[in-house]
Amino acid sequence: MKLSSETIKKMMNSIKSTREEELTCGHCYDELDRFIEMKLLGKNAEEAMPLVKEHLDRCAPCREEYEVLLLALEAMVE
Amino acid sequence: MQTRTNDEWLSDLRGDNQEQAIEDLRRVLKRGLIYALSSRIKTDLENQVEDFVQDSILRILDKMDSFRGESKFTTWAQKVAVRVAFTEMRRQRWKDISIEDLMPEDSGDFTPLVLSDPSPNPEKRATQTLLLEMIDEMMTSDLTERQRTALVAIMHGGMPLEEVARRMDTNRNALYKLLHDARKQMRNRLLEKGLTPQEVLGAFESG
Repeated sequence: MKLSSETIKKMMNSIKSTREEELTCGHCYDELDRFIEMKLLGKNAEEAMPLVKEHLDRCAPCREEYEVLLLALEAMVE
Repeated sequence: MQTRTNDEWLSDLRGDNQEQAIEDLRRVLKRGLIYALSSRIKTDLENQVEDFVQDSILRILDKMDSFRGESKFTTWAQKVAVRVAFTEMRRQRWKDISIEDLMPEDSGDFTPLVLSDPSPNPEKRATQTLLLEMIDEMMTSDLTERQRTALVAIMHGGMPLEEVARRMDTNRNALYKLLHDARKQMRNRLLEKGLTPQEVLGAFESG
């Protein structure tokens, strides 16, 4: 097996967005319900909670859970 | 179904009205998960969601003291249910795959890294080969074995963090920190060599 240029690009993208201080998945999870309610209320959650936004941009499993949670909450309010 | 405040949810789930509150919560979670997972689960959606909801209720009752009241209780509960569902779906999806399956050949010394999709432009190809050798050398000399393994399993193998963590006898948080350190280490090494990640990226862009 060979590492493709796609893998190198993925690696460089993640290095590019690396910050000295980042939220872990656990911290992001703790804040996620608050973040998502702000989104649902039409508030600027990204601006209010930039570290959560950055983590979601960077971490595919957390982003996947966030997107599904958003859908689930939409179904709950219908 | 009756509408409850956060305090009412908590007191009902802890008190005399527990049975009804659990039933109401089950209905809320099920509705959300069925809608949200319908595009991801193609067979037996209803039964799978039932199992997720069942496990979620147990988790919620167990973790209720950690609810900080910063959102609606049902938002928090749905968050727990989504995590429970994904943990199980990922476990199922990756159950027969080991980390070793995801490593490139010759993973013992982690060489050689070779382009699988060479650029038609010889000059660009040469630059890419040079950069690949440099990245290979950085990964070998600057990262620990665990950092290297986790990085390749995720970036190359596409395995989710928690599945890599389970196989490496650690947890998602600790693995995230390990990878964060690895990314910082690689970024600093690139900068020492006078390169930014953006410049490396540019060399691998098509065209």
